[in-house]
Amino acid sequence: MALEGLKFKQIYSPIHKIDPRVKFVISCIIFSVTLLYIELIPLILLFTIQVPLVYLAHVFKEWSRSIKGSLYLTIMIFFLNLIFGYFSSGYQITSNAITYAIATSVRFLTLVSSFSIFFLTTSPDDLGLALQRARLPYAFCFAFTTAVRFVPVLADEAQNIIDAQRSRGLELDRGSFLSRVRKYIPILIPLIVGAIRRSLEMAEAMESRAFGAKDVRTNLYELEMSGRDWMVLIISLFALLFSVYIRYYVTIPSFEIPIPI
Amino acid sequence: MIDVKDLYFKYPSGIEALRGLNLRIDDGEFVAIMGENGAGKTTLIKHLNGIFKPSKGDIYIDDVDTRDSTIAEISKKVGLVFQNPDHQLFSETVEEEVAFALKNFGYSEEVIDMRVTWALNLLNLESHRNESPFILSGGERKRVALAAILAWNPKVIVLDEPTIGQDYEQKERLRQLIIQLNSQGRTVIMVTHDVEFVADCEPRVVLMSKGKVIADGPALEILTDFEITNRASILVPQIPSLMDHLKDVCAIHKILNYHDAKNVLLEIARVGQRKS
Repeated sequence: MALEGLKFKQIYSPIHKIDPRVKFVISCIIFSVTLLYIELIPLILLFTIQVPLVYLAHVFKEWSRSIKGSLYLTIMIFFLNLIFGYFSSGYQITSNAITYAIATSVRFLTLVSSFSIFFLTTSPDDLGLALQRARLPYAFCFAFTTAVRFVPVLADEAQNIIDAQRSRGLELDRGSFLSRVRKYIPILIPLIVGAIRRSLEMAEAMESRAFGAKDVRTNLYELEMSGRDWMVLIISLFALLFSVYIRYYVTIPSFEIPIPI
Repeated sequence: MIDVKDLYFKYPSGIEALRGLNLRIDDGEFVAIMGENGAGKTTLIKHLNGIFKPSKGDIYIDDVDTRDSTIAEISKKVGLVFQNPDHQLFSETVEEEVAFALKNFGYSEEVIDMRVTWALNLLNLESHRNESPFILSGGERKRVALAAILAWNPKVIVLDEPTIGQDYEQKERLRQLIIQLNSQGRTVIMVTHDVEFVADCEPRVVLMSKGKVIADGPALEILTDFEITNRASILVPQIPSLMDHLKDVCAIHKILNYHDAKNVLLEIARVGQRKS
């Protein structure tokens, strides 16, 4: 399941140790640089520089799962761009259009990959702490971390519900489009009811442990930026400036896929 | 007949839940599958109606490979009652909930009405017929889930942890219901941790550990064997445990049910009285 590729895994690695705020900034930098370029070479470069990070974080299996999970969408993006290219260049497939279609697909994969690395290596707790440091109200931070943490739980539950309803003769892959959509009602209702029931139970359990008793709350772990975190942050910011500079002042070598005819 | 041959199953996450499991269950048998958490019990029963297909090995239901049929086709023969009723309840009324599968299987209106009434009566739910399943208590919801499966009268009934959340009276009713269904010729398979319930029912017991069957035999034999139950992380029920403590004073100590134990203990008391 593609969602597995976003599930945090507690391991000790240099990437896991980086401050969540720094990791978030890096993800945003990769995100914006990815959107800055539409040329194939820098996009491939952006994608490949993430691979060593994946190895360093020991999350290759999970990361490749999220990439595999997004392949279907990637292929769709590729063909949609190709079709638009075909229409806009006077009903013919030019090498330019192919290159553009590949570039947009790689761009999408790069975005997926950077967020996958971020979520795989940042625990929801750390994320919550980072939000708290950004002076957001604690109730909001808590709701956010809980939501992130419950995504895999809900995914498991959805699978169980699908299994239970299929055991009662529900055939999800049969019938017209409309009747198939209607067949999801027996799956969505138990899922939503379960989520509401769980949230109410959780609220009671939290209140019986004095949630919200005091406005200012202390934390067992505090986020501290270490020297290494600052260094990583500065290097990433330089990388951002460098990419912006190249984008506007250097001609990027163009590379076009020849049409295989 | 269910025939499981050298079954292996690996989840996409890489966990190998079943490792070379062999099991044959004939028509009309009553079987309890027991074992530690994570032994692969639920994974095994999800194979019985084709939700999971084997990674390696085969399962035949009445000589048909589960790989060659859809879940709906197999489910008509093998009804699987899930552990958590909240994973299936979605209708506005108990009646509609019980009728859901019957509609999926394409029964006529009259048959549906008849089967729903039959199933609701069987599980003592007739008074809740027009209520929402969501306002019922945990035990009642569990019974609605069971009624929803019994409604189409499958020849094999598989129950995952049927006794959880049931009070003593409901448990006793459940036991009688299971025995009734079994005596009418249906195969009943239940997964449970409830050793006392199994001791009361005295079915054939299949003990699982780490994805394999480690013992298979009558309840009396398996549940009085301290070594083998220990390997599957289950406790011997109270009566055999008591009889084990008394093994120096009574010759027969492999006893599972209350009445046999009572007779043996009365005999010991009588002998003691005579001596004094």
